[in-house]
Amino acid sequence: MSKTQTVEPLVAPDVLERVLAKGRSTGAEFSEIYIEDKRSTSAGLDDGKVEQVTSGRDRGAGIRVVSGETTGFAHTSDLSERGLLAAAEAAALAAKQGGGGVHKVQLGDVLRHSVNTVKLSPDAVEKSRKVELLKRVDAAARAVNASIVQVSAGYGDSRKRIMIANSNGVLSADEQVRTLLRVSVVATGDGGMQTGYDSLGHTIGFEMFDENDVEELAIRAAKQAVTKLSARPAPSGAMPVVIKRGSGGVLFHEACGHGLEADLVGKSASVYRGKMGELVASPLVTLVDDGTMTAEWGAIGIDDEGHPSQRNTLIKDGVLTDYMWDYLRARKEGRAQSGNGRRQSYQHLPMVRMTNTFVLNGKEEPDDIIRDTKHGVYIAKLGGGQVDTASGDFVFGMTEAYLIENGEITEPLREGNLIGNGPEVLKDIDLLGNDFAMGNPGTCGKDGQGVPVGDGQPTLRVRSLTIGGTAA
Amino acid sequence: MSVGVPELQSLADSVVEQAKPGEQIEAYVSRGGETSVRVYEGELEHFVSAQSEGVGIRIIKDGRTGFAYAGTLEPSAIAEVLAEARDNIQFGTVDQWAGLAEPDGVAQIPQKFWDEELANYPTDKKIEITKELEKLTLAADARVRSEQSNYEDGWAETAVSTTTGIRESGRGNSCYVSVATLADDGDEAQTGFGFSVGDSPKEFDLNKAAREAADRATRLLGATKPASKSVTIVLDPYVTSQFVSILSSALNGENLAKGRSLFRDRLNEQVADPRFTLVDDPTNPLAYTATDIDGEGLAARRNILIENGVLKKFVHSSYSARRMNTKSTGNATRGGFMGGPGVGCLAMQVQPGNKTQAELISAIDDGVLIQDVSGMHSGVNTISGDFSTGASGIVIKNGTLGAPIREFTIASTLQKMLLNIVDLGNDIDWLPMRAVGLSLVISDVMMSGS
Repeated sequence: MSKTQTVEPLVAPDVLERVLAKGRSTGAEFSEIYIEDKRSTSAGLDDGKVEQVTSGRDRGAGIRVVSGETTGFAHTSDLSERGLLAAAEAAALAAKQGGGGVHKVQLGDVLRHSVNTVKLSPDAVEKSRKVELLKRVDAAARAVNASIVQVSAGYGDSRKRIMIANSNGVLSADEQVRTLLRVSVVATGDGGMQTGYDSLGHTIGFEMFDENDVEELAIRAAKQAVTKLSARPAPSGAMPVVIKRGSGGVLFHEACGHGLEADLVGKSASVYRGKMGELVASPLVTLVDDGTMTAEWGAIGIDDEGHPSQRNTLIKDGVLTDYMWDYLRARKEGRAQSGNGRRQSYQHLPMVRMTNTFVLNGKEEPDDIIRDTKHGVYIAKLGGGQVDTASGDFVFGMTEAYLIENGEITEPLREGNLIGNGPEVLKDIDLLGNDFAMGNPGTCGKDGQGVPVGDGQPTLRVRSLTIGGTAA
Repeated sequence: MSVGVPELQSLADSVVEQAKPGEQIEAYVSRGGETSVRVYEGELEHFVSAQSEGVGIRIIKDGRTGFAYAGTLEPSAIAEVLAEARDNIQFGTVDQWAGLAEPDGVAQIPQKFWDEELANYPTDKKIEITKELEKLTLAADARVRSEQSNYEDGWAETAVSTTTGIRESGRGNSCYVSVATLADDGDEAQTGFGFSVGDSPKEFDLNKAAREAADRATRLLGATKPASKSVTIVLDPYVTSQFVSILSSALNGENLAKGRSLFRDRLNEQVADPRFTLVDDPTNPLAYTATDIDGEGLAARRNILIENGVLKKFVHSSYSARRMNTKSTGNATRGGFMGGPGVGCLAMQVQPGNKTQAELISAIDDGVLIQDVSGMHSGVNTISGDFSTGASGIVIKNGTLGAPIREFTIASTLQKMLLNIVDLGNDIDWLPMRAVGLSLVISDVMMSGS
């Protein structure tokens, strides 16, 4: 998939070379420029009406200068040579360490590493077709049941061209396309209101809707809300939890993903520090972070430091094999980057981030996992989560869950959070299915920055997790 | 606003002047800058100095709305944004209530948002403060390590103009410091944080921020997981602020109009314990989110939402007000130039009780002081009212604080929690959040642990 070719750059390479040289003018050993040009379209439907179609344009450059342990950063929306040189000077002054001198930077050919093929660019599709999808979602959700009282749906697409150059001679470019559809439903019954939610997102263009049925998405969300109308309060206390395939990746994202980010490990802010080569999970677990996973929400051709994305095995058969790395942390350890240096936009500094994080298949039939569980909870849909990487304590929400009684899925449960400790939960995974699936598109937040990520897993069982319900 | 920004205002005006017959146009322009300093182990880790700007244009014609934005104020880009917004109109559904706000004669209450001393504060002093905060934090407790010490400041200028006669502009700046900590005890590590905000750096209380960061990280060392049971909880002011903030969604007039508020059909009914009175008052300069205008340019104002437990009012923008046949309460919200206005509470304040936190605790036989919660975004549903969050804190036994506990959840419903408010503290803390903090006692909450 990797290929080298020359393409129309966002800023001419000779300008980039002068800007990077300016970045090093106060004695810094590294300078970098990240240029972004993003066009986006979004449309929202609520209460039966298409409320608003929005067009957005974000364009600018972020310049990073590193001198020893200090990073200087400045950004600008002015992509002229004058604007870029001014930002480079600001970043250089910010990282000033007393040195100086004239530096020359020479860039190589543009590296393009592409992992996605876009057949139908969002720019080439009439806005009316995008809006039409929302009307179909609304109609399909409302048709499910008379108890559906409200539907809101959102469509979004973006086309982001990025270009990264640094004083080590790296010059990389990528075009990142994302297409997203989401639906929220409210149902009303005797016991009050309940909600349902589902979403679909890929790093491809409008052809996503040829391959996926939007009515099905709407119906799933609607049924989730209707089912919960008869839900009973979730239990409290610790018990076995079975998580449906493709809905529990967030568990690994929180239980260990963040803790395997080298910036947190480097500051000893991770419970996984110093555990390389040790058994940190059940031997059933092999955890991978893979930025090359075609069309998945966290797929990127290059990371936001210009490094090609790659597939990294983090945990193999329960043993910790690697952390995730960006340029700064890899430089410090004298090792290679892993394609995990990401940022929200040109206005942000890159840091270590996940891409698509998932657990590989095990051997069990999913039905056997449920049958083997005498009393527990079956989670068909998880919400977001949050982790304290130092202690390993994490929570995640269950938005669609059922009781398991005598090996069978029975009554629906109301929403709640689950809480666990990462290292303990990883070791507590005692059954792993053979039915791997990726989950919904997600946005991962860290240090105030959001980036798109994917996750996935086969159906699995955790021997004991604490359910945050109200029932005794 | 108190201090105008003529240059941005005329830029916004120049967009609005291009309205064609039958069009309502709103132009929102802003620019701003930020400084971010991060120190780690005595060294400057990063220094960010950045400026940004942008324009958002909303056009309404024949009940249809179109919107576009760009992160630049270049004239050619603004022309493109106007054209895109106009093009987007045709795809909207006709909405009889669509429209811009109109001046309503409510006077603004002047406040001070700009601090000249902060605007001129020297860079090396900002770095010095950040290093000082880290040093104080490490000195506070031998078990404490630093993860990062931060100084952040920002300034913004905004202007909004509409064809309906709204013309407002203003500028503001603010700053804060924060420190993130780690504490170790053998194999176990816990995290903490502390912060201080001020109009200018001279108002920072670095000692308090350092002490709190050290305390938060060390207080959970050796904490155990409690057994599940129903308990009375005391929410620390920092947690109460988060709890009160989520009520904004249920008090949102647009959610009410669209059937998404758990308070629908409850106006003038008892929704909370009579001890609970909730006001939204962005005109109070003590509130961190105080403002003189709302997201549509109308004067911000004081609104009593829940009085002695009785639901008195929902908050509205001009849109939700038209739908509900009432008037805007000055509660349009705005996240910047990238989107149109929404609805929400601006600065929520709970009327304090008359006891200290220690006095509240002394009255509880069997309970938990909740010092931190997690997963507010994943385990709380503001439509159904289901409430479940991860928590950590300290056991309360016979009126005194006992051992620390962690890795448990607290759960109830928002409806039930409001009715089960038992007492309120007098310990008002004007935290840098949308709602004020104070100690809040709630009975009959399910604690789920081992």
